[in-house]
Amino acid sequence: MDYHAPTTLDAAVDILAGASGDCRVLAGGTDLLVRMRSDMAHPDAVVDIKRIASLRTITEEDGGWRIGAAVCGAEMGEHAGLRAAWPGVVEAAQLIGSTQVQGRATIVGNLCNASPAADSVPAMVAAGALARIAGPEGIRDVPVEEVPTGPGKTSLGHGELVASIFLPDRAERSGDAYLRFIPRTEMDIAVAGCGVSLTLDEDGGIIRARVALGAVGPGVMVVAEAGRMLAGSHLREGGLQQLATICSAAARPITDKRGTEHYRTHIAGVLARRAAVIAYARAGGTLE
Amino acid sequence: MSKLHVTTTVNGEVQEFLCEAEETLLDVLRDRLGLTGSKEGCGTGDCGACSVTVDGRLICSCLMLGAEAEGREIETIEGMAEGETLHPLQRKFIDMAALQCGICTPGILVAAKSLLERNPDPTEEEARYWLAGNLCRCTGYDKIIRAVLETAADMREAS
Ligand SMILES: Cc1cc2nc3c(=O)[nH]c(=O)nc-3n(C[C@H](O)[C@H](O)[C@H](O)COP(=O)(O)OP(=O)(O)OC[C@H]3O[C@@H](n4cnc5c(N)ncnc54)[C@H](O)[C@@H]3O)c2cc1C
Ligand code: FES
Ligand code: FES
Repeated sequence: MDYHAPTTLDAAVDILAGASGDCRVLAGGTDLLVRMRSDMAHPDAVVDIKRIASLRTITEEDGGWRIGAAVCGAEMGEHAGLRAAWPGVVEAAQLIGSTQVQGRATIVGNLCNASPAADSVPAMVAAGALARIAGPEGIRDVPVEEVPTGPGKTSLGHGELVASIFLPDRAERSGDAYLRFIPRTEMDIAVAGCGVSLTLDEDGGIIRARVALGAVGPGVMVVAEAGRMLAGSHLREGGLQQLATICSAAARPITDKRGTEHYRTHIAGVLARRAAVIAYARAGGTLE
Repeated sequence: MSKLHVTTTVNGEVQEFLCEAEETLLDVLRDRLGLTGSKEGCGTGDCGACSVTVDGRLICSCLMLGAEAEGREIETIEGMAEGETLHPLQRKFIDMAALQCGICTPGILVAAKSLLERNPDPTEEEARYWLAGNLCRCTGYDKIIRAVLETAADMREAS
């Protein structure tokens, strides 16, 4: 195996584009090295992106936040501005693994590993995040939900990598939250997860809402119907019940060792209503 | 394929080594630098026995390539005591019998030291979450957590 550690994004793209064999981006390595170790991946080369200075920063841009692809979860958690603007995305990123894993794991690695249970992904999708993709043809921005295309698969073309994630300008009176269910309190993979992002008007009415589910389908799911239902509502009991029903109906889980189809379907709704309550409070709303 | 030449700092000392691209930092520490204090419990990031800090950040050395160590500052369990003088955490672990077989101990000590450097007064919950990635098959965790919290209290008093 070859190890490359380019110091510019262009150089990284050149290496990836010029590679003939299986050449993988190495971010935190918390998925890739485990896969190599378990004989599930045998790359001919890895491109370590952590020496590219521009990918290591969290910067404010047009009122939103750009998070470089080499920023680890712990760095996101330590960033007061990011935490204040997008608490749900940060809490989702911080749910990934242990303290040690947090010192390495990136949200872009979480996205590009394309596990249906990736914790940060529903939170990013609810936030309306964009992935900036760099490749031989230049730069393009796509909604994060368009990056994973199925378990372990992405829409990235040959020579492309994700350079950063952009969390858009946050409107006044907005809040987001992510909840997952695991049988333990730490160090486990989601049975189901839900990200909710809301914007309120001055009277606490919801103007805009985005809801995304994880681990209950082959990939992250945007529940557009839940967003439409929440918009114009005040998040009263009836509405929360309806939200849970819509999310459970949208869930398409499988039965595996972590949970049955029936259980996951139910829990998707429960998580959605609880996450909505947290997001609503963070947006400054008061539940009646 | 020729080996990679890496220069890094381990416990304050400049170290040079040659390694294969696939080799983990843990392999390098144990097999090339003779620093066998860091243990391999799982090799997949689950147990924390291989914990070290890199540029001050706690990580699993089994999930980092040796090649990535170029120019970094690494601290391992071997750098914890000063000569014959044990770190207060090491002393307390012995006094309170917070170890049995000892496989998890180097990783837990490195992780606990990193916690106390960031947070000299952790709550029990904070200590338990911080150490959630360090598994111990022997002690049942209670003695470990108590030893960490008592060391924190001693160190606060001493400073
Ligand atoms: C002990 C342990 C616990 C874990 N717990 C959780 C958990 O609770 N929740 C969870 O969701 N995950 C968990 N994970 C999985 C993993 O930590 C996350 O998916 C993490 O976010 C991966 O990020 P990384 O930077 O380490 O990715 P890497 O391992 O570096 O990369 C992952 C994949 O994405 C590709 N990739 C990385 N960066 C880019 C890029 N910029 N452009 C294109 N492709 C890229 C790589 O080539 C690779 O295929 C856990 C892992 C371990 C070892
Ligand atoms: S050996 Fe590294 S975490 Fe277990
Ligand atoms: S003392 Fe044996 S594993 Fe912890």
